[in-house]
Parts: sequence; structure tokens; C-alpha cells
Amino acid sequence: MNRAIFWPGALPAVLLATLPVHAQTDQDLDAIRAELTALKAQYETRIQLLEQRLSAAEQQLADEQQAPATEAGANYAAAPAPGPATLPASVPVPAPANSYASAGNEFNPAMGIILNGAYRAYEHNPEDYAIPGFPLGGETGLPDRGFSIGESEFVFTANVDDWFFSRVTAAIEQEDGDFNTSIEEAFLDTLSLPANTTLRLGRFYSSVGYLNDKHVHSWDFADQALPYSAFMGTQYGDDGIQLRWLAPTDLYVELGAELFRGASYPAAGDAHNGRGTQTVFGKIGGDVGISNSWTAGLSWFNADARDRDSGDEDDPLAFDGTTEILIADLVWKWAPNGNIRDRSLVFQTEYLWRNENGDYLLPTPDTPVPIDADTSGWYAQLIYQWQPGWRAGVRVDGLSLDDPGPQFTGSQLEALGDDPLRYTLMFDYSHSEFSRIRLQFERDDTGLQNNNQLTLQYIMSLGAHGAHEF
Amino acid sequence: MNIQTVFKLRNTPAVLAAGLLLGLLATNSARAAVQVFACEPEWAALAVEVGGEGVEVISATNALQDPHYIQARPSLIAGVRKADLLVCSGSGLEDGWLPLLLRKGNNPKLQPGQPGNLVAGQYVNRLEIPAVLDRAQGDMHAQGNPHIQTDPRNITLVARVLAERLQQIDPANAEAYGARLAAFEEKWRAAIAGWEERAAPLRGKRVVLHHRSWVYMDNWLGLEEAATLESKPGLPPSAAHLNELLQQLQAAPAALIIRTPYNDPQPSEWLTQQTGIANVALPFTIGGTSDATDLYTLFDTTIRLLLDKTGAANGQ
Repeated sequence: MNRAIFWPGALPAVLLATLPVHAQTDQDLDAIRAELTALKAQYETRIQLLEQRLSAAEQQLADEQQAPATEAGANYAAAPAPGPATLPASVPVPAPANSYASAGNEFNPAMGIILNGAYRAYEHNPEDYAIPGFPLGGETGLPDRGFSIGESEFVFTANVDDWFFSRVTAAIEQEDGDFNTSIEEAFLDTLSLPANTTLRLGRFYSSVGYLNDKHVHSWDFADQALPYSAFMGTQYGDDGIQLRWLAPTDLYVELGAELFRGASYPAAGDAHNGRGTQTVFGKIGGDVGISNSWTAGLSWFNADARDRDSGDEDDPLAFDGTTEILIADLVWKWAPNGNIRDRSLVFQTEYLWRNENGDYLLPTPDTPVPIDADTSGWYAQLIYQWQPGWRAGVRVDGLSLDDPGPQFTGSQLEALGDDPLRYTLMFDYSHSEFSRIRLQFERDDTGLQNNNQLTLQYIMSLGAHGAHEF
Repeated sequence: MNIQTVFKLRNTPAVLAAGLLLGLLATNSARAAVQVFACEPEWAALAVEVGGEGVEVISATNALQDPHYIQARPSLIAGVRKADLLVCSGSGLEDGWLPLLLRKGNNPKLQPGQPGNLVAGQYVNRLEIPAVLDRAQGDMHAQGNPHIQTDPRNITLVARVLAERLQQIDPANAEAYGARLAAFEEKWRAAIAGWEERAAPLRGKRVVLHHRSWVYMDNWLGLEEAATLESKPGLPPSAAHLNELLQQLQAAPAALIIRTPYNDPQPSEWLTQQTGIANVALPFTIGGTSDATDLYTLFDTTIRLLLDKTGAANGQ
């Protein structure tokens, strides 16, 4: 169409420029003018014809979209019927032609709200909870007894433009009767970097291990596995940068590295000018037949701590040094024909090795005492879904440590008795994809006294459709 | 175990990287011209019809999997990574997993707005666009019913867009795609005419649906929907709802109960026992039954099963 409009204007110029001077008699000019007029008329007719065809096509489209609906149920509005067997030309048919008034909010981000509340009953007072030998990070202890709305989240996601995607997760947490709002995540992902790479910037959970970047509402149990609670402060999230690369292979092979500020447990004090934590991770995965799929990973995590307090306010036990963690993870999922709707079995296990090298500031004699201690933690769990919506799961998790030495006797770092161990049993029911109710029993042998725990939990997902993560 | 030795590997990152690079070199392989990632088997089959030998196609799901309930598995991330063109039903069918795959697949060619992102539902007239969006009504799709492939006329519409996209992505073979599309359209038009002729006795038959997976087919063939086994879209059929249905069907019988291969057969079989109304698992997509091996046999089988099971073939 552009070309048709352009031509009549361009023609005279071209013609005039090429005419020999001796031909410029009046008759010649008249003849040329007549020719030009004829040409113009011809093109105008053509343009009119094209415009008529265009408006006819638009009319046909509008008619089809307003065609009467089939008797498709009372809940549904009059919807268009498919076109006749002889089909219209391939006009890209847009989504229903709703016309919006410009109100500035058409591009609101997708919004999701996760309500995650619980009732918890413990045999012993959760405020006395401690794992001998493992000073815990802040907010890692047991949640309060009784009813609580736990950790509810607001999630906003949107493509910023064709280069960036962004997600913000704000969490409401209840602690000692107070409600705190915190920004759990606020990051952007690139969408168009070459060579199968993606860069992530902002605040986010590290992708090391399998459980670390899983949100609370997608956990299979009401609480986090022990090694993550003890070593990662439940899950390690911080301000930083991440680069992920997918290898050009048919097998899923992903390699990534991260650099974080180093502000949250087990890092502290924004070491190295705010680059206190470094990680490297690799993940592979695939299918075996149509009924099985798996993923495995190996991650390295190194955090520098400057004057890190433990979560215990009475006995902060400050640490200066480095925490190095190596994580191996394996997840195997089975579902008949790969149809996870009806039945599935999921086995998941991780092993974490940790080395802490530095100085603990003991309250007595109030001097830094050097430490180079190795500890490890692990969990294994099995989740079985026997019909749509119904699942049962069992988990065993534990920690182990070598005695750090007599200089730590009497402190939180002293190993007392057997290695911490815990057994968990859970049942949950999801009425739809958007709701889940869970009952969990736990026998917790991590502390000095065995603690039986019961949790009744609900997880509700409002708004934007949740993601089916593997 | 001596943790100390494991731990003193100060060059752990380098070891990790080296191991993974070795794995990478071992599995890399040659590629065809255009890699197509189809979310459902019907679009994989269509890509083969239109693309011919110029395309290499993988399907994210098979006929025995409920396409609403798929996880962003590692194998699918790897599939998205290498693809040049993505063909999916859309209308919310893949909302739980496709956005996640697109973010994890690190592939700019497939992002929305690119020629490599083909959402089939955008190019057909969708049915059942809800007037009110409320999840108390079940798992609703704001953009209408996503199961568009059960009407072969929709396949034609998607084939045309698919050919255009292949031409954009692989201009060197544009003519071949055009020719293949023309040949497909001609053969497909004749096939549709044949199916419509055979299916004429089905017009006006009342059918019960497990899930609203068949509304486009019903609309095409003039089948009348009596009820659904799910009380709300996406909820498994409950005993209470099935009892209500039983009474309803005893008062006003239907000709057939229809489900997909991935639907639980128990509810429809129970209703058959109670009412004597036949039930059938139609193929729904390629591979749904052993004889539905391509798009033609998919509809051949569907029509044959409908005629057999309703008794319409014998003029009943």
C-alpha cells in the first residue's frame, strides 16, 4: 500500500528529470500532463479498491466475533462461533476486541497473594529451642505456638519491556506478636541475552542446592529441612547478581555463578566491599522414559562473615571468618505416563558439607577463639500422591559435627549427646490447584529434649496462576 | 567419612565447570533447519505437515498427560533452549508451566512478540469466553476454552500462521513451506468435507463430557452438551455431583459419555453401569488411541468412535 501511494508523487519528478530539452513544446507538455492525470486516476482507483477490501475484511471479522454463541452453559457470555468451513484469508485475528479506556493501569503487573497460615502445637516451649553445637541464624528457630498467619506473600511479576522481566515478593511475617513486612525478592531477569545466558540482578534467593530458592508456600513440609535451617538461615537470599548459562546440549545442563552483598546469614557485615558471598552451581537433569524425570546438582557456596551474631540475643556468639558449603542434590519424580495430575512419587535428597574457619568471640573469657570445624547435614524425603489432590510424605533429616575442642565447652558450639535427628510425617489435600490444607507430625530429636510437634497449615493462592516448578 | 579432605578442595568451582563442559561436548549433536517446540502433540503433528523435512519437532506433552498439569521439567527447559519456534494452544492452558519454561530456557527467540512464539488460540475464534472471572467457578480460562484442536477448521487457521512463521524464521525455504501449506490445505479441506458427511447422523445427539475438552468438536458436529462430570472445570468428579447427574440423565438421557485418554475412566464407567449410556475415551490428540497416529487418523478415529458408540452408524 505504501508503494502505491508513493508512486504517483515520484513519477513526475522522474519523468521530468529524464525528458530531453527539445521535447518541451506545449503539445508535449500537455500530453505528459494528460498522461500523468491518467496515471494518478488509475492509482487512486486502485487505492480505493484496496481500502474497500480492507474495510470489508474488517467488517467480516467484526461480524464473526459478534456471531451468536452456542448453548454453552449459563456461566459463559455470548462467545463467537468458529468460522464457516470455507475460511477467511489468513488475517491475524487478535484476541477479543475489547476496547479499554486509557486509565494508566492496563499494564499492571500480574499479582498473586499467598496466604500461608498455621496452627502449631509443641510439647516444649519453642523459645527454649536450640540445636547443641549449631548456633542458629536469626529467625531460624521454631515459629510461635498457636494460630498465626505465618508467612504470607504478595507477588508481583511483569515483563518490564522486551529486555527485562521483573518479580517482587513482599512477605508479612509474624514475630513475637509483631508483624513485619519485608522485601524477600526484588529482581530483574534479562530476556534477550545471546548464547543461552540470563543475568539476574537485585535481591533474590541463591540458586544453590535444590531447596534454597523454593518459596515457603511450595515446600512439601510445613518447615524447612534441617541442614538449610542450620547452615543457610532457612534459605539464603541477599542482594546480588547471578549469571546462568544453559549448555547447548539435548541434556539439561546449567551452569551458574552468583555474587552477593554478604549481608544475611551465614554471611554478615558486607565483606569485601559488599561482595561477601560467592557461589558456583551446576545442574543437570532429564527424563527416563515417559514416566520418570530427574535432576541433580552440585553447588559451592562461600560466605564471609564480619562480626556475625547468632539469633540468640542473650548469647550472640559473634563470628569472624568464612563459611564454605558444598551441596549435592538429587530429585527423582515418577508419575504413570508422566501425568502428574493423578498419581506421583517424588524422592528428594540433599547433602550439605560445611566448613567454618575463623574466630568465635566467646562470652567468657571475651576473646576470639580460633575455629576450623567441619559439620554436615542431610535430609531425604518421599512424597506420594495416590489420587488427584491427596498426598502423604515422610522426611528424615539430621546434622552431624565433630567436637570443635575443649575451648568451646559450655558454649553453643559444644556437641552434646547424639547427632540431631528429626522425623516428619505429613498429609495434605489440595481441593484445587489453588488451595492446600496440610497436617504434619514431627518428632524432633535435635534439641536436648525430644519435642513432639503438630502443625495444621493452609496455603491459599489468589490471583495470578502459580508456577509448576520441577 | 573424612569431611576434611572433601572440604579442602579450594578449586571446587573449577572442578565443577570442567565436569560439566565434558558432559556438554559428549552430547552435542547436529541440528535440522528449524527446531520446533510444540506444547501439545497436535501442534507437533501440524508442524510436520507444514514444515516437512525442514523442521525437527518435539512435543512437550503426550496424549496421556493432562496439559494443564505439567511441570517445568529439566528436559523441557533443554527443549525450549534449542527451539526456533514454539507452538502452543494458549488461552491459559499452559499458564502453570510455559512462562516458567520461557524464563528458564534462556532463549530470546521464543519470547512473546517474537516470530518464534506462536500461540495458536490467538488465531481462531474461541468459545466460552467467561463473562465473570471467579475461581469459585473452577479453573477458568479468561481467554476462552483452550482445547481448540478438536475442530479441524481451527487446524487450518493455525496451519496458515504456522507456515507464515516458518517462512519468517527460515526464509531460504519459504517457497517450500508455501507449497506444503497449499497441499495440506487442499487435502485437509477434502478430509473435513468427508468427516462432516460421515458425522451428519451425529447432529443433535446429546453427550456428557468429563471436562469441557470437546466444546469445539461439539460445536463443529452439532453435538449437544447435556452435562459435565466435573462439577466445576478442573475439579475431579465428586460422588455427590455424579448422583445428581444420574438423576438428570434418567430424566433426560444422553447418547454418549466422552472423556480424554488422561481423564480417570472410573466416573464415566460408573455412570454407564447406572444408566446404560455408553462411554468412550476419544483420542483428543495424536497418540490418544493407538490408531490416532497423525492429524488425519486423529479425526478419522474420533468420528468412527462417535458413530460406533452412539449407534448412529446403524441409523439409530
